[in-house]
Amino acid sequence: MIAKRNISVEVNGALRQAEVEPRLTLADFLRHTLDLTGTHVGCEHGVCGACTVLVDGRSARSCLTFAVQVDGRAVTTIEGLGPGAGGLGVLQEAFQRHHALQCGFCTPGMLTTLTELLNDNPDPTEDEVREVITGNLCRCTGYAGIVAAALDAARRLREGEA
Amino acid sequence: MGVKHFGARVARLEDPALLTGRGRYVDDVNIPGMLHACFVRSPHGHALIQSIDAGAARQMPGVHAVLTADDLPAPMAGARMPMLVPNAAIAALRTQHCLARDEVCYVGQTVAVVIAESRYLAEDAVAMVEVDYDPLPAVSDCRAALEPGAPTAHRDLPDNLASAFRQSFGDVDAAFAGAPHVFRESLFQHRGGGMALETRGVVAHHDRITDLLTVWSATQTPHIGRRMIADLLGRSPERIRVIAPDVGGGFGPKAIFYAEEAVIAAAALLLGTPVKWIEDRREHFLAATQERDQHWDVEIAVEADGRIRGVRGSLIHDTGAFVPWGVIMPYIASATMPGPYVLPAYQLDVKVALTNKVATTPVRGAGRPQAVFAMERLMDRVAQGLGIDPAEVRRRNFIQPEQMPYAVGLIFRDGKPLVYDSGDYPKAQAEALTLADHAGFPARKAAALKAGRHIGIGIANYVEGTGLGPFEGVTVRVQQNGKVLVATGATNQGQGTRTTLSQIISDRLGCRIEDIEMSIGDTAAIANGVGAFASRQAVNAGSSAAMAAEVVRARVVQLAARALGVPEAEVAIEDGKAIAQSGNRPEIGFGDLARLSQGMPGFSMAAGDMPGLEHTAYFTPPQASYCSGTHVVEAEVDIMTGGVRLLTYSVAHDSGTIINPLIVDGQVQGGVAHGIGNALMEFMKYDENAQPVTTTFADYLMPMATDVPTCRIAHVESPSPLNPLGVKGAGEGGTIPAAAAIVAAVEDALSPFGIRFSETPLTPERIVEALTVAGAYKRAAS
Repeated sequence: MIAKRNISVEVNGALRQAEVEPRLTLADFLRHTLDLTGTHVGCEHGVCGACTVLVDGRSARSCLTFAVQVDGRAVTTIEGLGPGAGGLGVLQEAFQRHHALQCGFCTPGMLTTLTELLNDNPDPTEDEVREVITGNLCRCTGYAGIVAAALDAARRLREGEA
Repeated sequence: MGVKHFGARVARLEDPALLTGRGRYVDDVNIPGMLHACFVRSPHGHALIQSIDAGAARQMPGVHAVLTADDLPAPMAGARMPMLVPNAAIAALRTQHCLARDEVCYVGQTVAVVIAESRYLAEDAVAMVEVDYDPLPAVSDCRAALEPGAPTAHRDLPDNLASAFRQSFGDVDAAFAGAPHVFRESLFQHRGGGMALETRGVVAHHDRITDLLTVWSATQTPHIGRRMIADLLGRSPERIRVIAPDVGGGFGPKAIFYAEEAVIAAAALLLGTPVKWIEDRREHFLAATQERDQHWDVEIAVEADGRIRGVRGSLIHDTGAFVPWGVIMPYIASATMPGPYVLPAYQLDVKVALTNKVATTPVRGAGRPQAVFAMERLMDRVAQGLGIDPAEVRRRNFIQPEQMPYAVGLIFRDGKPLVYDSGDYPKAQAEALTLADHAGFPARKAAALKAGRHIGIGIANYVEGTGLGPFEGVTVRVQQNGKVLVATGATNQGQGTRTTLSQIISDRLGCRIEDIEMSIGDTAAIANGVGAFASRQAVNAGSSAAMAAEVVRARVVQLAARALGVPEAEVAIEDGKAIAQSGNRPEIGFGDLARLSQGMPGFSMAAGDMPGLEHTAYFTPPQASYCSGTHVVEAEVDIMTGGVRLLTYSVAHDSGTIINPLIVDGQVQGGVAHGIGNALMEFMKYDENAQPVTTTFADYLMPMATDVPTCRIAHVESPSPLNPLGVKGAGEGGTIPAAAAIVAAVEDALSPFGIRFSETPLTPERIVEALTVAGAYKRAAS
C-alpha cells in the first residue's frame, strides 16, 4: 500500500490537518474524515455535480479530486456558505422561498455552483443561470425553482441585502 | 376553527436543515466500529455458478468477512425473497435469493459480499473473489423472449411467460365490425430508471444490550422493509427497527425491498458490528429496479365524426429476471388506457415476459405513461386520418363532468371497480390550451416556417389512479412540553410530507406549525405503515392526520372545559392554548393539558376518559381517487441535428383540493422534467446478451436545466368525494402524459415531411433517421 501523506487544508475558514491515503477522494475526506456530511456523492464520475465544492473559490468536483490535491488550499463546503449557526444566507433563503429543493440531495452542489456564479457575475440572465447549472443534475425539481431562486438572490444581493 | 395553513403556499419546514448541510441521509449515519460492505455481482446476464473461491479475499488487509449464500443465516440462506404484491395472474412466481445460490439471471445480481474496514478495502477485496461461472444463453428482448425456442431466463422454467391476462369490456368485435374508420399503431416505449440523485444505501446495527436490530435504509417503505427482514432472518418484528432517514429522491425504485437490505442486516448480526453499504452509481444502473420496454399493438375504431367505438390490441411488457412487485405496471397500463374518454368497448391482451435483466418495478408513473402514450397516439392518428384538429377530436370524446362518478368498466389495481370519482376533463383541456395560446399557434407556425424553423404543438390528456390503499397512519400526541408530536408511516423523499401534514394538523388541532415535531419513516414511531408509492400519501396520511387531529382537539376541549370550569362550547383553541370565551378568559396550555391527561398516581380516571392526549388514525380509502389533466407542448426541431427544444410547456392539473400550491407546482414541474427525459433522452440499453451498456451519466442522459422549460401551470380543483380533505395524488401526474405530448409536438413540427413517430425516447439520432427516410435532406439539397 502506498504510504499515507500529511495534508493541511483550510476548510470553511479553519485549518485542518490529516494523514490520508493518496487515493482518498476529497469528497470522502470531507465526509468521512472531517464529518462534513453536507457534501453529497451522487455519481462518482463527475457528471451529477452533487459533490461540488469551492477550492480557492472555484467550483470543483470533490469526487474527482483527491484530498492530497487540495493540500495548502482553501475549500468551502455547504457548511461554510451561510452566516453560520444554521442561519440562511440570501441564496439559501431564495431557495426556500422558490421551492428550489425537494429531496435536498443535489442542493449543496447547486448552492456552491451558484455561489461561484453570483460572485463572478452579479447580474446573470436566465440563460446564463441555466447554462451554469447544466453541470448539476436535479431529479426532483425540474430546475424551475432553482433558476428563479438564483435570479431572485442575484437581484437581492445587487440591492445590497446582506 | 381558524384555517391558516391549509391551501397556502407555506414554505417548507424541511428546508433549513437541507440548505445548510444538516440533512441526515443514510450515508451520513456513522457508528463507531462500523465496517463497510461491497457486493460481488454477476458479470453475466445468465450463468451457472460452479464455485466461489473467497480465500484470497479473506486474507486481504482490513477484510473481516466474505459472505456467500451458505454463510447467511436461515431461512434467508435458502429461501427466495417474499413477493411484495402477489397476484393470481402471475404464472412464474419468481423472486431472487438474497445471495445467488447456483444460478445468476441478470448482470448485477448479488453473489457475495465483502465486509472490510473501509469501502476502499472492500472494493479491493471484491476484485480478489474468484467466481467460476458457466455462462448460459441469455434473453434480452422481451418480444424475442416469447418466441418459441427462445432461451429461458431461468433454466428450470419451461418458457419466459411470467403472466398473461386480458382486460375487456363491451362488445369490441361489434365495435370494429361496423366501424367507418379504424386506425392502427405499433408502439415501442421505454422508461429508464428512477435515477434518484442519492443511490440506495443501508446501515445495520445490532445492539446487544437491547437485542434491537436497527436498519437505516434509503427506502420509500420502511414498514414493509421491517416485515421482509423479519421473515428473512426469522426474527421478531419487535426486535427490528427500520428507519428511512432523509432520503435523496425515490421515484419508485426505492419502494421495493432489496436483497442488499437483508444481507447487510444479516452481516451486522453475524459479525456483531455495524455495517454500511452505499450503492455506487454503477451498481444503481445494474441492480436498482427500472421500468423498461413495452411493445403495444393497438387499433381504434371510430365514427365518421371521430367519436370512439372501441379500442383493442395487445401489450408485451419486460419484467426482467424477477417479479418482486408482481405485475402491477402492465396491469396499471392496461387499466389506464381508456383515459378521460367515453370508450364503449375495449380489449387488451397483456403478456409479461421474463428476460435476463434487472427486474422492472414502478418508476414515477408506473405503467401509466405508456398507456397514455398509446391512447393519445391513437387519438392523434384519428385526428390526422379524419382531418380534425387534435384538440377537437379529444373534446368530442371526453367524459363530461355531469357523468361523474363514471364507471369505466374495468377493475383497477386496487381491486375495486375502476370508477372515476370526480374531474372536469373538458375544462382542464380548455385551460391548458389557453395557457399555451393554442389559438395563436397556426400563425406562429407559419411565421416560423417562413424563417426556416420547424415548430409543432402536441396535446395529451390523462387520468391517473392515485391515493391507493391499504392505509396510512398518523399519530398526533400533545406532549407535556406543549409540543405536538406527529408520527406517521408515510415517508419523505422530497415530497414535503412533513410540511403538508403539519399544515393539516396545525389548523385542525389549533397549534403553531413550529410547535409540531415529526417522526417520519421510523417503524418505532408508529405500529403500522405502508410508505410512498402510487401518489398515495396526501390522500392516506393527509386524511389520517386530519382525523387524528380532530379527535385530539375534541379531547383538548373536553379536558380544558373541565380544568377551566366552563362548558365545552365556551372553549376556543388557538396557538396551543385552550381559552375560555367567558369571564376573564382564563386559559390553559397544551402542555398542562397533556399532564392532566395522565391522571394522578392512585386516583381513578374520570368516567370514559382515556389516558394521554393522543390519537392514532388509520385512513383506509374505499378505492383510488382519480387525478387528471392536460399537457400542451410547443417544440422546435432542428432538422439538421435532430435536436428538440421545448419552447413552452403548459399544464392544467387536477389533483383535487390542494394542500400547498408551492409543493404541488413543484411536483408537477419535477414530474414534467422526468417525462422530458423519458420522451427525448433516457435509454437503458442492453446488448443481445443482456449486458447493460449505458451505465454512466455520460451514456444515459438525464434532463439538464437547459432541457426543461419552466411550466405554465393551471390548477383545476375537482375535490375527491372519497376522503375528508378532497385531495388526490399529485406526484406522478407531471410525468404521465409528457412523452405523449412531446412526441406529438415533434411530429407536428415535422408535418411538412409527413413523418409519424410511435416510440420513445425520440433521440436526435432517431429524428434524423426519420427525416432521412422521408427525403428531407434530398429536398433541402435540391
